[in-house]
Amino acid sequence: MSKKTANAAVAHRGYNVENPRKSWLLTLVMGLMLIYTYLPLLWLFISSTKTQGDLFSTFGLWFGHDFALWDNIRETLTYNDGQFVRWFLNTLMYVVLGAGGSVLLSVLAGYGLAKFDFPGKNAVFAIVIGAVAVPGTALAVPTFLMFAKLGLTNTPWSVIIPSLISPFGLYLMWQFTRDAVPTELLEAARIDGASEFRTFRQVALPLLGPGIVTVALFAIVATWNNYFLPLIMLKDASWYPLTIGLNAWNAQAATAGGQAIFNLVITASLLTIIPLIAAFLSLQRFWQAGLASGGVKE
Amino acid sequence: MSAIPVPAGAPAAAQHKTVPERRPKRRWTGWGFVGPFMTVFAFVFLAPILYSIYLSLFQKRMVGGNQFVGLDNYTQLLADPQFWEAFRRVALFLVIQVPIMLTLSLLAALAIDSLKLYGTAFFRISIFMPYAVPAVVAALMWGFIYGNRFGLVGSLSDLLGVSIPDPLGANVILVSIGNIVTWEFVGYNMLIFYSSLKTIPHSLYEAAAIDGASEWRIITAIKIPALRGALGIATIFSIIGSFQLFNEPSILQSLAPNAITTYYTPNYYAYNLSFAGQQYNYSATVAIVMGLITMAVAYLVQLRGNREN
Repeated sequence: MSKKTANAAVAHRGYNVENPRKSWLLTLVMGLMLIYTYLPLLWLFISSTKTQGDLFSTFGLWFGHDFALWDNIRETLTYNDGQFVRWFLNTLMYVVLGAGGSVLLSVLAGYGLAKFDFPGKNAVFAIVIGAVAVPGTALAVPTFLMFAKLGLTNTPWSVIIPSLISPFGLYLMWQFTRDAVPTELLEAARIDGASEFRTFRQVALPLLGPGIVTVALFAIVATWNNYFLPLIMLKDASWYPLTIGLNAWNAQAATAGGQAIFNLVITASLLTIIPLIAAFLSLQRFWQAGLASGGVKE
Repeated sequence: MSAIPVPAGAPAAAQHKTVPERRPKRRWTGWGFVGPFMTVFAFVFLAPILYSIYLSLFQKRMVGGNQFVGLDNYTQLLADPQFWEAFRRVALFLVIQVPIMLTLSLLAALAIDSLKLYGTAFFRISIFMPYAVPAVVAALMWGFIYGNRFGLVGSLSDLLGVSIPDPLGANVILVSIGNIVTWEFVGYNMLIFYSSLKTIPHSLYEAAAIDGASEWRIITAIKIPALRGALGIATIFSIIGSFQLFNEPSILQSLAPNAITTYYTPNYYAYNLSFAGQQYNYSATVAIVMGLITMAVAYLVQLRGNREN
C-alpha cells in the first residue's frame, strides 16, 4: 500500500488522534464501572435520609417512609454534646498542622535537592527512598512506644508529628522544581544580591503553584483519612479525628448496653467525605496539571 | 502507606535534566532547605526502625524483667502457625486482588486516554473519587451493604429468590475485603497510568496511524510499553499495601466477629499482640519480618520487571 492510499485509508476510517470518533459501546462498558463506583455512595446518601427504623425495614437503594436527612444531620451534630463537631475540628487541626507542615517541609526539601549540590545529598536520597520501602507496620508499634516514653501519646502531637513527613511529597516536589524552576533565573536573582531564602520565596515559589496544590491535596487526603496512627496513639475520645470517632460510634452497637446509632454513623460518614470530595472537584484543574507535569515532555 | 501516589513515567523523562548545563557549586547551603525535613524524618522514620530492631531482640520475663534473648523471637515466629496463616492469607489476597485491580485500572486509563468516551472528564474524576473516601467510611459502607440487617445483598437475595452467600461469612470475607480495596484504589491506579499515558507524544500515534497501525496495535506497541514504569510502581505499591492490610479487616471485625480472627492479617496480628496482649517485643518482631518479606518481594518484582525490559 502506497503512502498516499494509506493516508486515505486512515482518513476514511476517521482516525484522528486529537478528536477520534466517540464510541457509545465503550462509553456503555465504562458506564458499568461508573455504576460500581457510585453504587456505595448512592447507598450512603439514600441511607442517610432514613430513620433507624427505615434503615432496617426498607430497600437499601430507595428512600424510606420518612425523609429524615435533616433530623439525622441535626442529631449527628448534637449527639453526645456535639462530639462529632469536636472530631471535625480535631481533624481540621490535624490537616492544617500536619498536612500543612508536611507540604512546607516537602517544598523546602524538594527545592534543596533540585537546585543545590551539597555534601551528603546522595545519602539523603538513598535513606529517604530506602525508608519508603519499609512498611508502616514496622514503624507503628515502635513509634507508639517511643512516643509513650516521651509522653507524647494521647496528645495531638502524636498524630501531627508523624504526618509531617511525606516521602512522596518530597519526591514530587523535587521532580516538579527541577522542571518548573530554571536555574538561570535563580542565578540572576543571586547576582542581583538576593539572599538564598529570598530567591526561593520570590523567584521559585511563585513557579511551584500546581506542584504545591498537588502535594497539598494528597497530604490533606492522607491526614483526613488517617486511621491507623490515631487509632494506636489516642485513647482520649476528645482528641479523636473523624475516622476513629466514626468507628467508635459504629462499635458502640456491639458493646454491652451500647446504643445502636446506625443512622448517625451513616450520616456522619456522609458528612466526613463531603469536604474532601468538594476539595478534589474544585481544585481538579490544578492537581491534575501538577501530577502530569512531572513527566510531560513534548 | 498503601496510598502513596506516584507520578508515573516522570523519572525516565526527567532524567535528562539531572546533569545541569552548569553544575552548581558544592556548598552546604542546600542543607538549609533539606535540614528541616531530614530532622523530622530521622525522628519519625529512622529512630522507630532502629528501636524496633532493638525491641525484637528482647523479651519480657516474669523473673528478671527485660532480657536480651538474641534471635529467640525470630525463631519463635518462624514456628508460629498463626503468623503463617495470616501471611498465607495476604499472599493469596495479593495474587488475586492485585491483578484484578490493576487490569481494571489499566483498561479504564486506556479507555479514558482514547478520548472515545462521551464525557471523558466526568469518567476520569468519577472513577478517581473513591480515593478521597476514608478507608473507614469505605469499609463501613460496604460492610453495611454486605450485612443482613439492612444490607443490599440481603435485599437482593430476597428479590431474586436465590441465596447469595453471606459476604461476611468466614469463607467469603476475603473476597469481600478484596472488593472494598479494589473499589478504593482502582481510580488511584488509573490516575497513575493515565498521567503516564499523557506523556506519550501524540506525534507517535499519528506516525503509527499513517503506517496503517490499528488502534489495538497502537495500544500494544506504543501505549503498554510506555506504561511499563508506571505498572512496576503500581505493582510494588500494591504489594506493600496487600502485605499491610489492616484498616478493612479491623473495621469489618465488629460486623463479622466470627470471620475475622485476631491474627487475620500480619499487621492486624502485630496490632493485637501489642495493644491487646502487651507483647511489644514479639509484635516488633512480626513487624520487622513482614517488612523484610515485603522489601524482598518488591525487590524481586522490580528485578523481573527490569529483566523483561
